[in-house]
Amino acid sequence: MDTVKIAPGFEEIMPKEYQDLVNDGPYGRDLGVKDLGTFKELIEEHPLCAGCSLTLSFRLVIASLPTPEDTLIVTCAGCFGVIHPQISLHCTIAPFGTHNAFASGLKRALKVKFPNKNKDVISMAGDGGFSDIGLAPTLHSWFRRENFTSIMLDNECYANTGGQDSGMTPEGIALNMSPKGKQFPKIQFAEIAKQAGCAYVATVTPTKPRLLGKMARRAILIAREVGPTFIRVATACSTNYKLSAFEGYQKAKSFEPEIGEYFTEEAELYIKEIEKKSPKASSKGEEENED
Amino acid sequence: MTERKAVSPEYMILEAPREKRFLIGNEALAAAVKRANVDVVVVYPITPQSEVSHLCGDLWAAGFIKEYYRGEDELHVMVSMMGAAAAGVRTFTATSGPGTVRAMEPFTCWAGYRLPIVCGFMGRGIGTPANIQPDSIEIYYLLETGMIIFHVESPQDFFDMTLQAYAITEQPEIHLPVAVFSDGFFVTHGREVVTVTPEDEYLHPYDSRFSPVPAMDMETVPIKMARDCLVIKNNFISYNANASWQQEVRAAQYRARKHIDRFMGGPLEVINPDAEILIMASGTAAAQARVAMELAREAGLDVGMVKIKVIRPFPAQEIAQLAESARLVIVPEFNYVGWLAREIKAVVNNNAKVFSGPSVFAGMTLPPEVILAELQNLVKLSGVRR
Repeated sequence: MDTVKIAPGFEEIMPKEYQDLVNDGPYGRDLGVKDLGTFKELIEEHPLCAGCSLTLSFRLVIASLPTPEDTLIVTCAGCFGVIHPQISLHCTIAPFGTHNAFASGLKRALKVKFPNKNKDVISMAGDGGFSDIGLAPTLHSWFRRENFTSIMLDNECYANTGGQDSGMTPEGIALNMSPKGKQFPKIQFAEIAKQAGCAYVATVTPTKPRLLGKMARRAILIAREVGPTFIRVATACSTNYKLSAFEGYQKAKSFEPEIGEYFTEEAELYIKEIEKKSPKASSKGEEENED
Repeated sequence: MTERKAVSPEYMILEAPREKRFLIGNEALAAAVKRANVDVVVVYPITPQSEVSHLCGDLWAAGFIKEYYRGEDELHVMVSMMGAAAAGVRTFTATSGPGTVRAMEPFTCWAGYRLPIVCGFMGRGIGTPANIQPDSIEIYYLLETGMIIFHVESPQDFFDMTLQAYAITEQPEIHLPVAVFSDGFFVTHGREVVTVTPEDEYLHPYDSRFSPVPAMDMETVPIKMARDCLVIKNNFISYNANASWQQEVRAAQYRARKHIDRFMGGPLEVINPDAEILIMASGTAAAQARVAMELAREAGLDVGMVKIKVIRPFPAQEIAQLAESARLVIVPEFNYVGWLAREIKAVVNNNAKVFSGPSVFAGMTLPPEVILAELQNLVKLSGVRR
């Protein structure tokens, strides 16, 4: 890839990680979740909590990009604000809650700048970022049918600020700003996404890595041509829910019954067509009974 | 669409022939946007800005702007501008009073991202009691956002300074947002003869390869680069990097001076610099000061005036020098706080000679006779003789 290759004479000087990316990275290659461990990933080591399933979700999404060499990530404040500077893609932290407004401007400008080349924009934020502070720009980006993917990493609380309840926290849970237990039910965000105009809506857990990868690719491909897409990744915050790393994983696993997909008719026809032509396009080796 | 010719900013601003039009300020601004070859415009309605946004919409419908939409509110409009400008295209937006303060967070981010966004501000009252009248208070809130700030006196200034804004900020070593600030209604809805460059000439497209930070488009090496990651890591090197980044924003403002001199003929317009009394003003207060100066001279006072076109980078040295030989400096303003007087007092030696006022606000006008009366009163008090 021209955009990553090392200028002549600098091969020895560039850090090992960079050389690995150039020689063995995912740019321009058809790789996915099933290939993890066989190539240099775009995400480096991170400083988040042990056993964090949100981090795992982030890693799985980044490993599933259809064209990482033309993918841009917009995030906002949150735990993964500490991860994203470590990934080898152009990415940014928008002011808290404004990620979908940033992504709207970015995607439209990229269409203007590259009329003959697709650039995928992915807006990733936490549950508070989408459902509370970022509700208006999220909904409006969907009302406007913006062509990018929104991925909510839902750990049911504000984690980075020290464990407060968000709109996505279940009713009754006592966290740092809900000392008597949260006073209203968890927001049904996937339902809202459908009503607001998303062409594809999915709920998945990081305990189904290949399925997560498949859904991420579907969401990204549909967003290119059909309309906005939304994935809620049901994860768990071990630290603020006072769980061990393994209990955190088990909690994420407990959300598996919520896994599901919704397509508009147009989105379903579109993705089926792509997957028929190239069975690997969306699946990237997705197999049944994986765990 | 007629055939259009792409030209350099140097040619358009300094050499192109001019045609006369009879325009209100919002139309003059839209005429500049049309000639600036803008890629993306995102707007949200507010009085008295709405009209220029309508006109930009018409430009988009006619193919002169490539992408345009009405956003959900000012905060998110200004963030959408960040996204668009980060991708490396030429952008424009505008807002007024309450919209400005609603969008304060992104305004504080634009400069740190090094985004050459040009934003029109149509100043009006903010807060309670609710007020839609002209007011220049919002510049006060914008002063330390890292933006370059111009304050226009007239529709002509609105046209010129908007084109000058693009020419200056798109220099490789500048790349800062530019606030082109007008006093609402007085300028936005005041009609006068404006000389404009030819309709069929427009600026060369923006080229993001000249930006000091890579565009967010995955066309450059995807180094582990997030312009805003410097706050994230808690260590000494990160603190240093963040600190020097902030200093670099201010340094870029300072470097803009040579381009301000070239494209704008400097940050000031000075009449009778050696006068005993100087009226220093910006925006439409400068227009009133012109008349007040003439009245005062007719009344036998030795009065000159300084129009401050550029508020950031503030022309501190020039103002200090001009004030040095004056015995009295008065600063009429269209706001309650008198922020321009504070700025001037901060850079002038023996600043007891700098008087804030007359200040009018809440929609009041500033008749030249009021400035003259204040002048005569101060002359009496301070013992300045002709």
